[in-house]
Amino acid sequence: MSFRPTFTEQTQQQLQQAFPECSLSTFRGDLRMVVPREQMYEVLRRLKDQFGYDMLVDITCVDYLYYREAKDRFGLVYLLANTQNNERLTVRVYLNEPELEVPSVYGLWKAADWLEREVWDMFGIRFRGHPDHRRILLPEEFTAHPLRKDYPLQGRGERHNFPVLRRPES
Amino acid sequence: MAIELPENVVLSRLDALANWCRKNSLWPMPFATACCGIELMATAASRYDLARFGAEVFRFSPRQADLMIVAGRVVMKMLPVLQRIWLQMPEPKWCISMGACASTGGVFDTYAVVQGIDRFLPVDIYIPGCPPRPEQLIQAVLDLQEKIQAEGTLSGREFQRPWEEARRRVFQPQLVQLQVPPLEPSQGSETANSQEAQTP
Ligand code: SF4
Repeated sequence: MSFRPTFTEQTQQQLQQAFPECSLSTFRGDLRMVVPREQMYEVLRRLKDQFGYDMLVDITCVDYLYYREAKDRFGLVYLLANTQNNERLTVRVYLNEPELEVPSVYGLWKAADWLEREVWDMFGIRFRGHPDHRRILLPEEFTAHPLRKDYPLQGRGERHNFPVLRRPES
Repeated sequence: MAIELPENVVLSRLDALANWCRKNSLWPMPFATACCGIELMATAASRYDLARFGAEVFRFSPRQADLMIVAGRVVMKMLPVLQRIWLQMPEPKWCISMGACASTGGVFDTYAVVQGIDRFLPVDIYIPGCPPRPEQLIQAVLDLQEKIQAEGTLSGREFQRPWEEARRRVFQPQLVQLQVPPLEPSQGSETANSQEAQTP
């Protein structure tokens, strides 16, 4: 099967030169970049300002807990797009416990607001500098982060702790 | 000395009269949260025509309704809303739990989905099925009418069940805050059931 690439050779070379510390690879027509955690914000800022990735498509996360041959626990994934020439780029940052805090990119892309809240809600990764760092989907009282692989599918009893209404009281 | 009644007078009990009025004009409150809601709408629409049984006035305000039809799965975050809506409905009121999800959680046995609304609310009629056919919902309404006619009272005595009163005195229901142990990293492959078993 052939895939139409979402990037050009030229961009690939430019990125390679601009970010020697990041490893660049391609997979089925997509360009991927693994960024060290310390330079994350700086790299994303330059990607936006110098390379024109002006759209943040998604932020998501992968828990590699039971993954074969995985070295890191979490992979934080930023999907970027360039609206001028339609090129796309996947930026990945590996995180490990207990340092589950990264700078928020809300200052670069406003779209990061809810996306970062969702990642916090589901995976428990904190975003330093986020203006409204609350849960987005689950109730505020929820203490766990359910998309982590060590969270049981049926929960830890959260769904049973509600008052029971009976006929005479209602 | 027997009293002669004119032919156009019928004797009845007041309760029976009230039941007769109530059962033939149920005003449903559609709490439709998922796919079952589509069948609920079909039931109210012209082909199945719930109006034939006097229950066609769907009200989206709980204060104007007396039959809550919970159609669809209820998630944890929705349950307080459901309870509040139930409390806002005036007496006498009844509840139909429509579909596998509302009755038992159905296939959604996950941390977020309430496993049967009857754990937290009184339910009169359960409808099995995923989704139930409109005929089943109509049958449920008919069954409810039968129930109202059989045990309804003008004063609502049937809702004040003495055994529930006694049980309430023993097990004081209280507002429980969500108290969940904090997530410990890398707990290995514990099973969910062992977790569930510890909770009341
Ligand atoms: S019982 Fe089936 S049709 Fe009804 S809400 Fe659940 S999944 Fe949907």
